[in-house]
Amino acid sequence: MSTDLSQSDLGFSDPNPRRTTALWTRWQAVLIPIVSVVLALAVGGILIWLQGVNPFTAYKVLFTSALGTEAGLLRVMQKSTPLILTGLAVVVGLRAGLFNIGAQGQLVVGALGAAVAGYALHLPPVIHVIAAIAIGMVCGAIWSSIAGVLRAYRSVSEVITTIMLNAIALSLVDYLASKPLKEEGQPLSRTPEILDSARLPTFGVVPIGFVIAILVAIFFGWFLVRTTSGFRFNTVGLNANAARYAGIGVRGTIVLAMAVSGALAGMGGSIESLGVVGRFEPAFNAGLGFDGITIALLARANPMATIPAAILVGTLRAGANSLQFETGIQPEVVDVILALTLLFVAAPIVSRMIFRNRTKQRQLTSGWGV
Amino acid sequence: MSDREIALEAVGLTKRFPGVIANEDVNLTVRKGEIIALLGENGAGKSTLVKMIYGLYQPDEGEIRIKGERVRMTSPRDAIKRGIGMVHQHFQLVPVFTVAENVILGDEPQRTMFVNMKKATADVAEIAERYGLHVDVNARVEDLPVGAQQRVEILKALYRKADILIMDEPTAVLTPQETDELLTTMRSFADSGVSVVFITHKLREVLAIADTVVVLRSGRVVGTTTPAQTDQAGLAQMMVGRSVLLTVDREPAQPKEVVLEVRGLTANNDVGLPALRDVSFSVRAGEIVGIAGVEGNGQRELVESLTGLRSCSADTLDVRGTSALGRTPHAIHAMGVGHVPEDREKDGLVGPVLIADNMVLNRFDEPEFSSHGLRNRGAITALATRLVEQFDVRTPSISTPAESLSGGNKQKVVIARELAADPTLLIASQPTRGVDVGSIEFIHSQIVKARDAGAGVLLVSAELDEVLGLSDRILVMYDGRIVAELAGPDIDRARIGQLMAGMA
Amino acid sequence: MKRWWPWALTAILVALCIVYYFIDATKTVSVLQFSLRYAIPLILAAMVGIICERSGVINIGIEGQMLMSAFAGFFGASITGSLVLGALIGVGTGMIMGAMLAVGAVTWKMDQIIAGTVINILATGLTSFFYAQGHMLPANMPTMEVPLLSSIPLVGPVFFINGPFAFAALIIVVVLQVMLFRTIWGLRTRSVGEKPSAADTSGINVQRTRFLNVTVAGALAGLAGAYLSLEAAGTFERGFTAGRGFTALAIMIFGAWNPIGALGAALFFGLAEGVASQLQADEVVAIPQQFTNMLPYVLTIVLLAIVSGRVKPPASVGKPYEKD
Repeated sequence: MSTDLSQSDLGFSDPNPRRTTALWTRWQAVLIPIVSVVLALAVGGILIWLQGVNPFTAYKVLFTSALGTEAGLLRVMQKSTPLILTGLAVVVGLRAGLFNIGAQGQLVVGALGAAVAGYALHLPPVIHVIAAIAIGMVCGAIWSSIAGVLRAYRSVSEVITTIMLNAIALSLVDYLASKPLKEEGQPLSRTPEILDSARLPTFGVVPIGFVIAILVAIFFGWFLVRTTSGFRFNTVGLNANAARYAGIGVRGTIVLAMAVSGALAGMGGSIESLGVVGRFEPAFNAGLGFDGITIALLARANPMATIPAAILVGTLRAGANSLQFETGIQPEVVDVILALTLLFVAAPIVSRMIFRNRTKQRQLTSGWGV
Repeated sequence: MSDREIALEAVGLTKRFPGVIANEDVNLTVRKGEIIALLGENGAGKSTLVKMIYGLYQPDEGEIRIKGERVRMTSPRDAIKRGIGMVHQHFQLVPVFTVAENVILGDEPQRTMFVNMKKATADVAEIAERYGLHVDVNARVEDLPVGAQQRVEILKALYRKADILIMDEPTAVLTPQETDELLTTMRSFADSGVSVVFITHKLREVLAIADTVVVLRSGRVVGTTTPAQTDQAGLAQMMVGRSVLLTVDREPAQPKEVVLEVRGLTANNDVGLPALRDVSFSVRAGEIVGIAGVEGNGQRELVESLTGLRSCSADTLDVRGTSALGRTPHAIHAMGVGHVPEDREKDGLVGPVLIADNMVLNRFDEPEFSSHGLRNRGAITALATRLVEQFDVRTPSISTPAESLSGGNKQKVVIARELAADPTLLIASQPTRGVDVGSIEFIHSQIVKARDAGAGVLLVSAELDEVLGLSDRILVMYDGRIVAELAGPDIDRARIGQLMAGMA
Repeated sequence: MKRWWPWALTAILVALCIVYYFIDATKTVSVLQFSLRYAIPLILAAMVGIICERSGVINIGIEGQMLMSAFAGFFGASITGSLVLGALIGVGTGMIMGAMLAVGAVTWKMDQIIAGTVINILATGLTSFFYAQGHMLPANMPTMEVPLLSSIPLVGPVFFINGPFAFAALIIVVVLQVMLFRTIWGLRTRSVGEKPSAADTSGINVQRTRFLNVTVAGALAGLAGAYLSLEAAGTFERGFTAGRGFTALAIMIFGAWNPIGALGAALFFGLAEGVASQLQADEVVAIPQQFTNMLPYVLTIVLLAIVSGRVKPPASVGKPYEKD
């Protein structure tokens, strides 16, 4: 029997553990998200039908406009990039027992930081990009560390603080982009355009940012299983007491996990600024943070699974505008579909339907931070 | 006894859980004013049986008759209505409520929807008075000592006019003196017509107080007898079905150099009160030092201080001459200190994590198992495979999650892990709690083996028999102090019992 | 509550209010009125949190429950042409959302924080999708006045001239305080939240108590949401609730899970917001708009940082009850 040292499934635990094999867990891990998505699309289809449009036509429009054209594919990849990264941000937090809902705020802060680095610094081409991304990551990490430190040292629930920090971030960057960092001579609130040396290009149809995001996801999949630091994250998330006994500094790990989480979200924002928008404009994104949660749960806290999950969400979002244009269905239908997907994945609705046994839910987060 | 009326009768009770038959065809007769001891080791089915009588479980087969009438109880409320009360081993009291609030919970005297606290307080005080259970009805339960909390549990049952009182391991947390008080109280209950069914695994208590002894093993009744017809050895044999090692076979100790030196250790407990007061002792290589004492006298805080899990102050805290004071658990472990924690679920293992990873839980970053931050899967697998075999851990593979193991096997994993690191000092806290008898023998022999291999062992256990059976030297802890050190012929059970209770 | 400093703080604030009243009566009254109205949804939402957590269930989804109820109440009133019906629809929606959390957290024993988050995201998605422009309320909410008491200087106009929701909220606080600590329901609920196994062995049905409490608490969230769209703003926008559901949790913690304590915390919050708004309107200090917007969120974090770890939540909150 191959000795698979990979992390066992975080979402559910088999009531009959003696039957547990790696294969059974994997099977379950893939089936539940897929069925959830299909169900959500079905319910979404009903909503579309109630508005007088044929759901199959609507979905066809959505998917072909997103995946059937070169422009569409580009949009999908561009949209998927921050989704992979915010999904990873939530996953890394979950592994350590933390629920980082503030990915959006961290992303926005990172986007601003990278955009400013993009026009304020003067560096040779590749180095400029790396520096700008790094600065964006640091901004995101600092932002999330506020919540991390409060959680580690004052037991303040990171769920509340990250949401508060979200709102604060949005106001803060709005102010910064409209006054001190504003582009001169323009009525719009936004920062000056970044220099060419800071741009993230595309190779053919594939944006470099997308490739970076995929590599990062793969890296974390490896990191959590094979490194001692990853072992620390996992142990703290599963049993903080045992982690203490094992000599792992629980507080330090919590702060580190939140910082890494914020850095990932910040990277997502940086890539948006450097690769897509070319500057920072407030309110350039909405709901990306929440999508990160959906993606993380669809991926069942497995870093590499965030890639397909993010691409799915990215496809839906990329096709939403064409959907409205051609059928008149509001793009918010995607919000409903994604919300339903989250519902089906997180609540044991689907798993009870498929697997008659009552799988026991595992507590993923650590409640009020004790 | 057989001329008294039958208060309760259980006939052919059977209860099955997934994978195990907890009780099979159990018959039990309880007469009015009788004290029955239910005896058996862990997992024998005693708890399950009384939980069926109390309505917490429903039997799969068989029936329960109260005063001749067949009853079916679907919840404790039914049982309470029929005069059955239960005093739990782990007190079912709300810590932040007062005594009165706890006693009336669920059966509150009311004025429309309001609680009539005045009547409640008066009623509870009256019952306490009547049965001689002294307790302040307005005190918050969390402020009370353990013996008083147990009295509250008993009051709960009496308030509901119980005439059959079930007590689950009532003496587990009491000093020998408090135990005697409790046994006297039980006798007075019996004399006033209340029947008492108490669960225990302590043979002495059974012989001291019970009218009838019912022995359970593997879910079945294997014998019913009276104290006049048997003795401790006989009871023990019925309990486990073969002659049990009541003492652990071992060579005399040959202690060598000092591995642990403690002078003036002081520490507080979780609520800031002093838990350790100026504790001083030493442990040598090649000896087992046992700490005897009722739980709650500072033993937990002592172990936590020694292993770096609790901040403390001391004049000296040296492991092999190097100071361990103020160091992290990690650093102390690196100094050669092994720790078998009291609560293996909470501290010793990570349930969903694979057994193999648990085998290196506190060694994962040692050079043998990792290099440059990467984990060495081959080495981890090799170690885990070797240990699982050596310690006879029953598991389908080393890749199953640790939580799928039975209690005894989980403890074996923890012990295997600590011993494999070849410790200079092994601190074992309640090492056989919740472990089946076969595994207990094995674990004890492993501890002795470690001692013979040159380790110093500090054994902390609430089971006096375990301490007596294993230790070369015994320290008695009471109220945060070491009140006595005994060795060789001085080791006398009765004397230790007195010391444990604070007698000079 | 043995802590002395809330009382000291309250005394200082009250003294300041009286002083300012003599300086500029109208402005003081208007700031205090603004503060109370700002605090009302927070008070109601905090009550939701208190009921749920005292029963042992963490409710992170108050935000979503409020949002859906605000939406349903507003569009319900607009479509049916009746404010009363709209209010009832809002409260009913809150109860349905409460039942959803109850099913997820109590029946299915989900991770409670994830269950609450699902409700939030679902509410955001549904309200965004079904949102339609151009709806209006049939009428404005009537303002009610308590005859004699409203003439008391300073206190009168603030507390005794209000809409029906606001009065309801204040009454609910007092009722809940009494119910939690003097009634049988209160004793049993608290036992379920502190030590469910003790409640179970006393014959109390833990799951049913939690389920019912969480569901009914949802009705209060519905009240809060309906207040926002029907009484306070008279309109509805996407993202309307703006984080109040989370602030309410901080208020609940700051109030030590006591209704009266939460009332005090909420009023304090409202006062801070009222004063800041007034300062900015008067241009006493040149604060950019964005920073005033940030104030409630920053204050929430600061409050939590001060208080967390010093107040004890109900001992079993967040842990699904498993009979062993």
